[in-house]
Amino acid sequence: MDGSRLIAESCARAGADAYIGYPITPASLIYSYASRRFPATLPAPDEITALQWMSGLSAAGKLPVTATSFPGLALMVESINMATMMELPMLIVLVQRLGPSTGTATAGAQDDLRFLHGIISGGYPIPVFCIADIDDCWSLPPVALQTAVDLRTPVVLLTSKEMVMTERSYDLGRLGEIEPVDRPVYDGPAPYRPYGATDAEAPPFLPIGSDQHQVRMTASTHNQEGILQHASLEALDNTRRLPAKVEAGTPALYHLEEAKGLGDGAHADALIVTYGISSGAAREAARILAEQGRAVSLLVARTLVPVPHAYYQILDRYRRADTPVIFVEENLQGQFASILFGERRPEGVGVVADIGHMIRPDDIVREVRRCL
Amino acid sequence: MSVMRGTESSEFLTTPDFPYCKGCGHHLIARNTVRALESLGREGQKGRNPLDVIMVTDIGCHGIVDRNFATHTIHGLHGRSVALASGLAASVPPEKEVVVFIGDGGATIGLQHLLEAARLNMDLTVVVHNNMLYGMTGGQPSGLTPCGFRTVITEGGSPYPHHDLCQLVHDAGAPYARRILGLGDFSKELQEAFEVEGFALVEVLELCTSYALKMNPDLRLRELAQQAGYEPGLWRGQGRPAFRLASEASRPSLLDADQIRATEVQFRSALDHQLSLVLGGSAGEGAQRAAELFAEAAMASGLHVTKKGSYPVTVGVGFSTAEVIISRHPILYHGISEPNVVIVTSEDGLEHNRRRITAMTEGAVWMDESLGVPPTGANVYLRDFRGRAGARNAAIYSLLSFVEASGVLPKEALTAAIEASSIGEYVPDELLR
Repeated sequence: MDGSRLIAESCARAGADAYIGYPITPASLIYSYASRRFPATLPAPDEITALQWMSGLSAAGKLPVTATSFPGLALMVESINMATMMELPMLIVLVQRLGPSTGTATAGAQDDLRFLHGIISGGYPIPVFCIADIDDCWSLPPVALQTAVDLRTPVVLLTSKEMVMTERSYDLGRLGEIEPVDRPVYDGPAPYRPYGATDAEAPPFLPIGSDQHQVRMTASTHNQEGILQHASLEALDNTRRLPAKVEAGTPALYHLEEAKGLGDGAHADALIVTYGISSGAAREAARILAEQGRAVSLLVARTLVPVPHAYYQILDRYRRADTPVIFVEENLQGQFASILFGERRPEGVGVVADIGHMIRPDDIVREVRRCL
Repeated sequence: MSVMRGTESSEFLTTPDFPYCKGCGHHLIARNTVRALESLGREGQKGRNPLDVIMVTDIGCHGIVDRNFATHTIHGLHGRSVALASGLAASVPPEKEVVVFIGDGGATIGLQHLLEAARLNMDLTVVVHNNMLYGMTGGQPSGLTPCGFRTVITEGGSPYPHHDLCQLVHDAGAPYARRILGLGDFSKELQEAFEVEGFALVEVLELCTSYALKMNPDLRLRELAQQAGYEPGLWRGQGRPAFRLASEASRPSLLDADQIRATEVQFRSALDHQLSLVLGGSAGEGAQRAAELFAEAAMASGLHVTKKGSYPVTVGVGFSTAEVIISRHPILYHGISEPNVVIVTSEDGLEHNRRRITAMTEGAVWMDESLGVPPTGANVYLRDFRGRAGARNAAIYSLLSFVEASGVLPKEALTAAIEASSIGEYVPDELLR
């Protein structure tokens, strides 16, 4: 079993209508599976076209999926901004590989979180969920698709070469049922306002081409009718709503495994914070440290953008108790740590970070022991 | 020649007051489009009412016309409207008419989208507002600016020839492409394009009143078109079915038994903890497949397994290294810091794993005897893998040898996995027994 197979199957069961593909290592395996499983597969001539086709499909009421890696994502950025402004649901599976640029296509990485954090002009968030283990390849795609529909937004499902291309023994009995995502369509009286929402709401969706109501969509600053505006108050309120709906409506998914009997974090030796492909090494390190008599807590983040408020609450609790906090991620900067704390990490917050190989449990154990 | 004058109200318009400069050719294109849609409604199956029409607009002066149309409207990015419209046209019912308004700048930045839409015969009509420069941004030249045409940054005249858009989409497979002068009533030509099943492009030549006429005061559209080789014309291609999103709602699950083989536990392994094994060989010599079969044998022996491959992006040459972990317990981390065993069957495999072998302080290294042994703290075992089994079977033979000698798995588990696989018939019996 590999993660690509589970992701493709899970998306199909959750009701994704079409896979728009452009081959790129290490995401091509998902493309291959999707072509055998999705109701429809379209081979695009490039990643810009892929995202534009997806936007057209989405505007017409379909739920499209693609998978890519950083070079492809870079080409998609303008179109992701467009889909965000038009409020079009879709899923982009981002399989990270070693950068910069074309880097090493066949080496894994966790290089792209900071890029995703600022991918929308204005710094507005789009939901980013991250696969932490093989089970997540099954359980997270439906959450990502439902979030895309509920919030009318592109959603990124972040993973890495090592998750989608590594084969492993797997008990199929672990797989739970997947229901198709709920996709309500506007059926109210005329006129339909495609961006008729306030505060932190997502507007009701109606496909373009409706026989009942006129539907307008636009990537330019617009009012609730979808009419281009320079910077009217109504249009600016509409733009302000875009980040607000994502911040209010993105589910906060994470796993907090506190050292036994240490619910308040006061007596833990360390808190390890991680996500994605480094989660396995962090779990193994926590196991080794427990064998050595160390009480280590573990926070595995699955929602990365927008940053759930709960993460700050957890971090505050441990830091108030002077417990070392150690971030584990496969990049040079400690990108998740820098999103949470800025470029200058506070005292007591460390990072185990490297490139070119998965972070090793031994490296984490060594860092935790150094902090004690 | 008939002439269209003034503003006209229409059920396809919310307001007939188009947001263009006085005298701009865009007025005529918008009015002719409306007239063509009205005719279509009377005579054709498509476009019976405004909600049967989807206007897709690009960036440019022409693109701020959405508010005038009572149809569905969608306004996207510069140059991407044809791709956006392709996604729509593939998804909406065939009775919907998808019309794209794009300028010459958009057509050239998005040339690939035009060619792809023509190739796939997307069911849409592209109306190119070719005023031969970028009007919205101040009159710069585009890929459709003809040689000699003066723009704000080519005051002496553009030195380059222009693309022939109609010829390009025709060559890409468009059933219909037409170039017309944007003068008078050309609604019949637009209507004809709307009625095409699949991709149609109408390139309308016009002059930007703000920049083209200012920079080229003596120009007349008809003469310019003649001098530049922008002759009106019609390019007809072969008719073929329009592209539709094929949707096969019920397809076999990727988890069905014929898609992924369940492994039954039939053997017992003596392994009580975990073993990490690296197999290094050359691309095309079956290292990855051999490692998979070793992993399958471990699963059939009741163990947890991970297996991953490492190879250059050019998958057919160079090294091919597989990493396998087999474990009595669930495997949380599938990387290998220091392997317990490294098996090397070729020079490529040795080079890729040389540093790893040298770093080993314990464990075992099994190597083809033809290879030079690097310094290592591991125990080294030399065998004639290649000589005995040949390049094709060296990897699988090396694993058979290792399993037999180490006892980490029953050898029968590996031979059973090999025999049940697609390579079973190629592996000689004397290697298996």
